[in-house]
Amino acid sequence: MTTSLPDSIEDTLALLNRGNYIADRSLATTLFLALKMGRPLFLEGEAGVGKTEIAKVLSTALGRRLVRLQCYEGLDVSSAVYEWNYSRQMIEIRLAEATGNIDRENLSTDVFSKEFLIERPLLQALRSDDQGPPVLLIDELDRTDEPFEAYLLEILSDFQISIPEIGTIKAQTPPIVIITSNRTREIHDALKRRCLYHWVDYPSAERELQILTTKLPHIGAQLSAQVVAFVQGLRKQDLFKLPGVAETLDWADALTQLDKIALDGDAIDSTLGALLKYQDDIAKIRGSEAAKLLEQVKSEVIQLEASNG
Amino acid sequence: MYFARLLRAAGLAVGTGKVMDAVTAVRIIGIGSRQDFYWCLFSQFVNRYDQRELFDQAFHIFWRNPRIMEKMMGAMLPTIHVDEDSEHEKLNRRLADALEAPGVDAREERDSEQIEFDASFTFSSREVLQDIDFEAMTAAEIVEAKRAIAKLRLPIMDVPTRRFQRDERGYRVDMRSSLRAALRSADSIPLKFKKPRRRHPPLVMLCDISGSMSRYSRMFLHFMHSITNDRDRVHAFVFATRLTNITRHLRHRDIDLALDNVADAVSDWSGGTRIGACLKEFNNTWSRRVLGQGAITLILSDGLDREAAEGLGWQMERLAKSTRRLIWINPLLRYDGFEPKAAGIRAMLPYVDDFRSSHNLKSLAELTDVLSHLQPRIVGSLSRRGVAN
Repeated sequence: MTTSLPDSIEDTLALLNRGNYIADRSLATTLFLALKMGRPLFLEGEAGVGKTEIAKVLSTALGRRLVRLQCYEGLDVSSAVYEWNYSRQMIEIRLAEATGNIDRENLSTDVFSKEFLIERPLLQALRSDDQGPPVLLIDELDRTDEPFEAYLLEILSDFQISIPEIGTIKAQTPPIVIITSNRTREIHDALKRRCLYHWVDYPSAERELQILTTKLPHIGAQLSAQVVAFVQGLRKQDLFKLPGVAETLDWADALTQLDKIALDGDAIDSTLGALLKYQDDIAKIRGSEAAKLLEQVKSEVIQLEASNG
Repeated sequence: MYFARLLRAAGLAVGTGKVMDAVTAVRIIGIGSRQDFYWCLFSQFVNRYDQRELFDQAFHIFWRNPRIMEKMMGAMLPTIHVDEDSEHEKLNRRLADALEAPGVDAREERDSEQIEFDASFTFSSREVLQDIDFEAMTAAEIVEAKRAIAKLRLPIMDVPTRRFQRDERGYRVDMRSSLRAALRSADSIPLKFKKPRRRHPPLVMLCDISGSMSRYSRMFLHFMHSITNDRDRVHAFVFATRLTNITRHLRHRDIDLALDNVADAVSDWSGGTRIGACLKEFNNTWSRRVLGQGAITLILSDGLDREAAEGLGWQMERLAKSTRRLIWINPLLRYDGFEPKAAGIRAMLPYVDDFRSSHNLKSLAELTDVLSHLQPRIVGSLSRRGVAN
C-alpha cells in the first residue's frame, strides 16, 4: 500500500491516527512542514514519549520502507554507511589465483565492486524502491560522538555518499529523515540548523487517555481515567525520572493483567515498578504519598464524571 | 597614527606595515563616510573574529574625539582616567588600561622595561606568585596571576574510544587497508593493523560563587574560561543559591567580554550557598544532558553550606555514580590542620574521588597533573565508602 504525502496538517494528523498514533497539533504541524520542505525532522524529548514511534508509524502509514540506524558510542562508517565483504573478497582473490587468471587491473575493479559491498543503513536509505524513498530513522543520535555528527551533516545536506573505490552514490529522491535524541548530550547547532526541531512533551490528560484507549482497547473506562489522572499527578511531583507514555501504557497493561478494574493502594504499591524506574523515586512515592495521590485522583475522576453526566 | 598605537596598546597585533597599508587604503577610499572609514580600517587591523569587539570599541572612542586621546597619549599623564568611562560602562578593560598607559614618548622606554620585566617574571616573580594565596594577592598580583592562568593548559587525559586508527603496532587486523594493500603488492596480502583511538572525555565544572568563595571565584572563572577555550566538550556551571549554565557565555574568546556575559547571566553573586539544592538541580535537569560519554566532574567549592548539608550526601552520591571521576577542589584545604568539620564537607567527602586544594597558582597547575593521570576508579570503592559513612 502506498500513500502519497499528506497535503495539510489535518491530513498529517489523520495519517498518524491511522497508524494508531495520537499526535498533538504542534507535532503534526512540524511533521507536515518537514515532509513538505524535505527537511529532516529533529525530535527531542524525555525517554518514552513516543519519538521513535513516529518514524515507525510514518513508514507503515505511508507504506514506505523503514531504515533504522541505532546510534551508539563509537559508531563508525563501516557500521553506519558501508563495509566491504572481506571474506568474499579474499575468496575471490584466491580463486583468481587458482585459475591462474591474475590480471591486477581487472581484479581490483572486480573485488571492489558493488557485489562485495555490504550496505549499512545510511547507504540503504539513499536507494528508493517502488514505494518511493524510505523513511530513515536515526535513533538516539546523542549516543554517538561529534565526528559522526559532522559526517551526518554532510550526508543530510546533499544525500550523497562517496565510496573511494566505486564513486559517489546519490539519492534520486532524498529519504524522509527523522532524527531522535534523548538529550544526554547537546547536539551541535550546525546539525540542528538543518533540521526542523520539535520537542516532544508529555501529553495532556485528555490526549493521554486517548492514547491509552487506542493502544489498549480492552481497558475499562474507570481504570483508564484513574491511571491517566494518577500519572498526570505523578508528573507534577519532584521525581528524578518522570514516567513517560510508554510507562503509562505498561502500567495500565500490568493492572489489567492483574484483573483490576479500579486503582487501590496495594495494587499501586506492587506495580509501581512498571511506572517508576529509580529506586529513590519508588521509595518516595510508595505508601503514603501514593495513597494521598490516589485520594486526589478518585475525587478528580468523580468530579469529571459528574461534570460529564 | 595614534589610532594604531592605541590598538597595539590594547593588545592587537598591529605592525608598521599594517599601518602603512591602512594609510594607503584610506587614501584610496578617501575619508568620506564614517561607515566606509570604519570598514576600511577594520579590514586592515582586524584579522581574527575575537578582535572585532576590541576594534569596535576602540574605533568609536577614538574617532569620537581624537583630541582627548592625543592629550592622553601625548601628555604622559598616567593617572588620567577616561572620561567616557561612565557613558561607556562596558568599555573593555584592556582598552581602558591601554588608554591609561604612559604616553607616546615614554612608550619605547616602557617597551624595553616590559621585556626586562617579562624576563624576571618568568623566574622569580612567578615563583613567588605561585605560592601566594589568591586571597592575599594585591590587585597587580592578581593581574599577573590571571595572565598565568590564561596560559594554563589542561593536558588532555585520554580514554580509549571504540573507534580505531591505523597503527602498525596495533593488535587488530585492519581488513580494509590490508585488502587495499593486497592489490598493490605483488603476491601476498600484507597485514595492516589498527588500535583503538584515544580521546579525552567531556569535562563538567561546577563553580561555587557564594560569598565565602568570592575571592577565589574570580580566579576560578578565569581558570574555567581558559579551559573552555582550550578544549572541546567542556561544560561550565556556577552556583550559589541557583545553578546557572555559563558554558556559552564563557565561549567568548575575550576574557573580559566573557566575564561580562557571565555577570549578566548570573543573579546570585556572592549570595548564600545551597549546595544541596544546586546539585539536585544539576542532577535533575543537567546531568543527563552533559554527563554522557564518561564525563569528569570538577567541583570548585569550599563546601560550606547554608542549609546544613540537608540532602547533600544523597545528591553527591547520585552525581558520583553518574560521572567517570568526581574531583573536588577546595581552597580551604590550604590551612594546616584543616579538618572536614562542616556538615557540608563531611557529607560531600565520601563520594569524591579526588580532593584537592587550589588556593594558588601552583595548586591549579598540580590539578592539571591530576587530570592527565587519572587512575581508573576502584570498583566498589564508592559503595564501601558509602557504607563506612
